[in-house]
Amino acid sequence: MTIIFDGIAFGMLLFLISVGLSVTLGLMNFVNLAHGVFAMVGGYVCVVLLNDWGLPFLATIPFAIVVPGVLGVVLERLLYRRLYEASALDQVLFSLGLVFMAVAATHYFFGARQQPLHLPDFLTGQIHLPGVDIGVYRLFLVVAGLIVAALLQWSVIRTPFGARLRAAVDNQGTARGLGIDVNRVFMLTFALGSALAGLGGALGVEMLGLDPEFPVKYLVYFLIVVTVGGGGNILGSLWAALLLGVADVAGKYYVPQVGAFIIYAIMVVILILRPQGLFGRPHH
Amino acid sequence: MNSPVVPQSANDARAALHETLQRQRRSARWHALEYLFWCLPVLAYFLFPGNYLLLSQIAITSLFALSLDLIFGYAGIISLGHAAFFGVGAYTVGLLGLRGMGDPLTGLLLAALFAAVLGFLSSFLVLRGSDLARLMVTLGVALMLYELANKFTRITGGVDGIPGIEIKPILGLFEFDMYGRVGYVYAVVVLFVLFWIARRIVHSPFGQSLRGIQMNAQRMPALGVPVHRRLVAVYTLGAAYAGVAGAVLAQTNQFVSLSVLGFENSADLLLILILGGTGRLYGGLIGAIVFIVAKHLLSDINPQYWQFWLGLALVLLVMFARGGILGTAAQWLRARRQRTQQRSQEGAA
Repeated sequence: MTIIFDGIAFGMLLFLISVGLSVTLGLMNFVNLAHGVFAMVGGYVCVVLLNDWGLPFLATIPFAIVVPGVLGVVLERLLYRRLYEASALDQVLFSLGLVFMAVAATHYFFGARQQPLHLPDFLTGQIHLPGVDIGVYRLFLVVAGLIVAALLQWSVIRTPFGARLRAAVDNQGTARGLGIDVNRVFMLTFALGSALAGLGGALGVEMLGLDPEFPVKYLVYFLIVVTVGGGGNILGSLWAALLLGVADVAGKYYVPQVGAFIIYAIMVVILILRPQGLFGRPHH
Repeated sequence: MNSPVVPQSANDARAALHETLQRQRRSARWHALEYLFWCLPVLAYFLFPGNYLLLSQIAITSLFALSLDLIFGYAGIISLGHAAFFGVGAYTVGLLGLRGMGDPLTGLLLAALFAAVLGFLSSFLVLRGSDLARLMVTLGVALMLYELANKFTRITGGVDGIPGIEIKPILGLFEFDMYGRVGYVYAVVVLFVLFWIARRIVHSPFGQSLRGIQMNAQRMPALGVPVHRRLVAVYTLGAAYAGVAGAVLAQTNQFVSLSVLGFENSADLLLILILGGTGRLYGGLIGAIVFIVAKHLLSDINPQYWQFWLGLALVLLVMFARGGILGTAAQWLRARRQRTQQRSQEGAA
């Protein structure tokens, strides 16, 4: 039970970080391998504010959301938007370039070491229930993940912005004709994706660790969540993240010899059976 | 590409076919620049006697990039996991060496064979789905291998790798020396032979059909081309080439480590090929030269941050020079030729 719960918590964290990628990659069709960079920025903002400025953990979270979001807007305006029409390969290379630059720059400013993070007291400790030990921090991740999932699902399905976004994604030309400012919608969406990554990055420092290699180390996990879940599908990402989280934690616990092999195998099998992902719709 | 002649009769058709074959034969002939290019490794041997290790690394990476060019540049199969085959080749040599079977040429053959088998099997997975699914599946296959090599430490040495592989003299005559001189010559010879074969393949009807598939995969079956089988074949071939590249690396370094299978190895390779230019065979070679020399120089200045410049180069490349070095050069030449033509026409008028 504890393993399942830990798996769910890890999955929620994966979901928190990857759902932003699901928005950019799945909805806007941009293969953004640099997504982890935004999560890393969120993580570093959190750590720096906490350790150097003495802010309480929860107070650093808004900054960890806003800073990557703003960075996302800037990069989108300057660079990303020029490549919306480019081939998947160009997008891959471009975003890999950003990853390399971010890794080196982070290394330059913060050094190669793991950044320490001391969680506040109310997030440490455990709750003992019959049959399951629940870490408070992990419970916190699960709750945060559920809230974000609900909010996102609601905003994409119910709000006018969500409607505009879906329209812009489905048919740019028609959306423009209806007076939707597609450029602005995409910019805001990209900012949202980056901000979500930042949130996940900040919340995940305790579990994932934080060092300059972060965007490379976890890139594959984020990509797997999105491709397995079917791009652009928030609930799909949630299910995929939970599945992978549980499989990964359980695999590492029961068969530590094979390590991360299990989730790669799951991904490959799922992509063979369903190239659009579990919940994806076929591309038009 | 298409012959402008619309065949009216069997005779016309035969003439058109003849002309096409002639043109193909002409393009298959070696260009003077190519002869010059292959003088470079010979020159380098005499000019940089202290740098044989670096030079062999360039030759090996060239071969590796050539293998990716075969599948990506000619067949359009995008891959983020090509290091899988490189790694299989390297570990084949490493494991053979541990068992005292260090004959270099046998090593090459077996490495090519094992990599080809893996390529053949995984091609059926890779050839399904969209570009994105392909990226993920190739990446997934490579990462699975990485994890296996990482965990089965008893066989692969895990993170420590397999040091001190004993490699016998080539053909029983040439022993690998400390300075990497024999290793360099060996790497260049292997590269040249495989390049020559690849060049023949690319200019053969098989190579032409690959180009056709890349241009329009829907129409090729109408010409009687078994598209899927061709793609499987070229993917297997590319895998075998990559396996040989890995084998040569393991033989010249007498060491295999996990990094041969790593994601960064695949990513760097893709970058090298794009940097040089795809679908031209020489693109990978030129990309490898530029990349490794730049890496060497930049990490001399500033060992930790060379990746930053690499990333910047990549971003600029995508933004401003999408064809890579060779593509951009070709474009520039074409533009210049047009300009001179225009000028001469204006002069005549």
